[in-house]
Amino acid sequence: MIVFDKPKSLTDAVFHYCPGCTHGIVHRLVAESIDELGIEGRTIGIAPVGCSVLAYNYFACDMIEAAHGRAPAVATGVKRALPDRIVFSYQGDGDLASIGMCETVSTAARGENITIIFINNAIYGMTGGQMAPTSLIGQVTQTSPYGRDPKTQGYPIRICELLATLDGPEYLARVTVNSVPHVRQAKKAIKKAFQNQIEGKGFSLVEVVSSCPTNWGVTPLEAMKWIDEKMIPQYPLGVYRDRSEEASR
Amino acid sequence: MQEKVLMKGNEAIAEAAILAGCRHYFGYPITPQTEVAAYMAKKMPKIGGTFLQAESEIAAINMVYGAASTGKRAMTSSSSPGIALKCEGISYLAGSDLPALIVNVQRGGPGLGGIQPSQSDYYLATRGPGHGDFHVIVLAPSSVQEMADLTGKAFELAEKYRMPAMLLADGTMGQMMEPVVLPDPVETVPEKTWAVTGTGCAREHRIINSLDLSPVNLERLNLERFKRYEKVEAEEAMWESFLMEDAEICIVSCGITARVSRNAIVAAREKGIRVGMIRPITLWPFPKKALLNAADQVHDFICVELNMGQMAEDVELAIRCRKPVARCNRVGGMIPSPDEVLEAIYKAAGKEAGK
Repeated sequence: MIVFDKPKSLTDAVFHYCPGCTHGIVHRLVAESIDELGIEGRTIGIAPVGCSVLAYNYFACDMIEAAHGRAPAVATGVKRALPDRIVFSYQGDGDLASIGMCETVSTAARGENITIIFINNAIYGMTGGQMAPTSLIGQVTQTSPYGRDPKTQGYPIRICELLATLDGPEYLARVTVNSVPHVRQAKKAIKKAFQNQIEGKGFSLVEVVSSCPTNWGVTPLEAMKWIDEKMIPQYPLGVYRDRSEEASR
Repeated sequence: MQEKVLMKGNEAIAEAAILAGCRHYFGYPITPQTEVAAYMAKKMPKIGGTFLQAESEIAAINMVYGAASTGKRAMTSSSSPGIALKCEGISYLAGSDLPALIVNVQRGGPGLGGIQPSQSDYYLATRGPGHGDFHVIVLAPSSVQEMADLTGKAFELAEKYRMPAMLLADGTMGQMMEPVVLPDPVETVPEKTWAVTGTGCAREHRIINSLDLSPVNLERLNLERFKRYEKVEAEEAMWESFLMEDAEICIVSCGITARVSRNAIVAAREKGIRVGMIRPITLWPFPKKALLNAADQVHDFICVELNMGQMAEDVELAIRCRKPVARCNRVGGMIPSPDEVLEAIYKAAGKEAGK
């Protein structure tokens, strides 16, 4: 008897992700959510530019590859053309919080009825470890070799808090996947972000504080600790907006 | 057939797009194409369509990319500086083999330039507006009637060849009012075998994509695309010949300058000068054959443009430099008078007479 299987919403393609990278876990949580909600036949995903650029090969639903940062605009175009389909984008921090910030904020402000999965690992992974908008103060990267210095390189951006200043979003949550309880919480948030869309509630974004052992220069195990010790203090976990909770209160 | 109505060029585009079955418009305000967006904003909500004022031209073209991915007819409109911003998205549309309509009601540049008419995006439009090796179909209307007719044509060609199409008008075309007979409505837009609409759990997933990390595959995709372009060049070039039967001088011009040139040609003919015009309607594919044929007949070409001679280079290429190609240009939002064109005709005629 098979008690643990691959979600139907993932293809058989083998992930190209590095050991200790959390993309694989998050892909699985997205796919499980799609399966459990029974929406695999009517879901359309938008892949970003970055490490998860090949996500279109991994998700079994129809997929579109977007230009760097433009996934929320592409998702908007799809959703407006096919309002009864479930549309999600999957984006990293460079994609969503740097080059695509305008699209991110504007799509949230419109309350566009889509779901965004935001992978925040504080670095540009695919291009080899450059400073991201979410890189931590003092973080050494290829383009901040002496550590991120706020005097010349500014401060990290907190996306959930920033978007929570807007009236548009329905749901904003920050989760992580560095332990079993955290994975469970993340799954709940991601599923809710899809459920909201099914119910027509509007813009839902789940920020997943993620790892990049390769470019952080640590082991996979150290990366999980790094999330707890360095990332969470800067990016506190929690729900930053939940309109349905607020309404039921 | 519909009845004749008086319309602004920009409004004719908008109404013709709706009649062509376009229900998804994404735009960002810029002069002198604002009426397209204003018309769509009024009309689309009433017919179950989408009008969305995007946060930028970049977002607008990417919304078009999303809507076009679903197989629906989608469009955006802008003017020169805004089109420059859309180039990234146009390249992605071309790279993903998606049909879409981009309207460019050109204004003077470079930079912020001005808001008066121009044809200075000729290079940008005809050389593939964006990074990479590609073309878009470029249509240049010369009347409000053509604004309407070529809008529907653009959607048809874009879908037939799975590539973006650009309606390249100058500001005059957008702003002027003329009587127009609108096209009949398109009842059903053709189904697409490639569109992402959800698998319905009944087929393999489809992927709309321009990325291929294998050089072997990416080269093959480029070569296949250019095979399609060859077909477009062979079959879809459009132009209008005006008084060319006995012409010894050939004016080449499109858009508003073709209208001005017509008046100059009529005036020159009254003085016994045999001058005609080839007016390209498609700028890509460029009507090379028609021009090459004319090169055997005329002794001079004159290219009348609202730029510093961008199309003139295509004329020289098309006729393989067999005959001189004079330039008659105004830029910055200025439009030549018929007399200025007449001057250029006299010069070409006098030069020949003085031989």
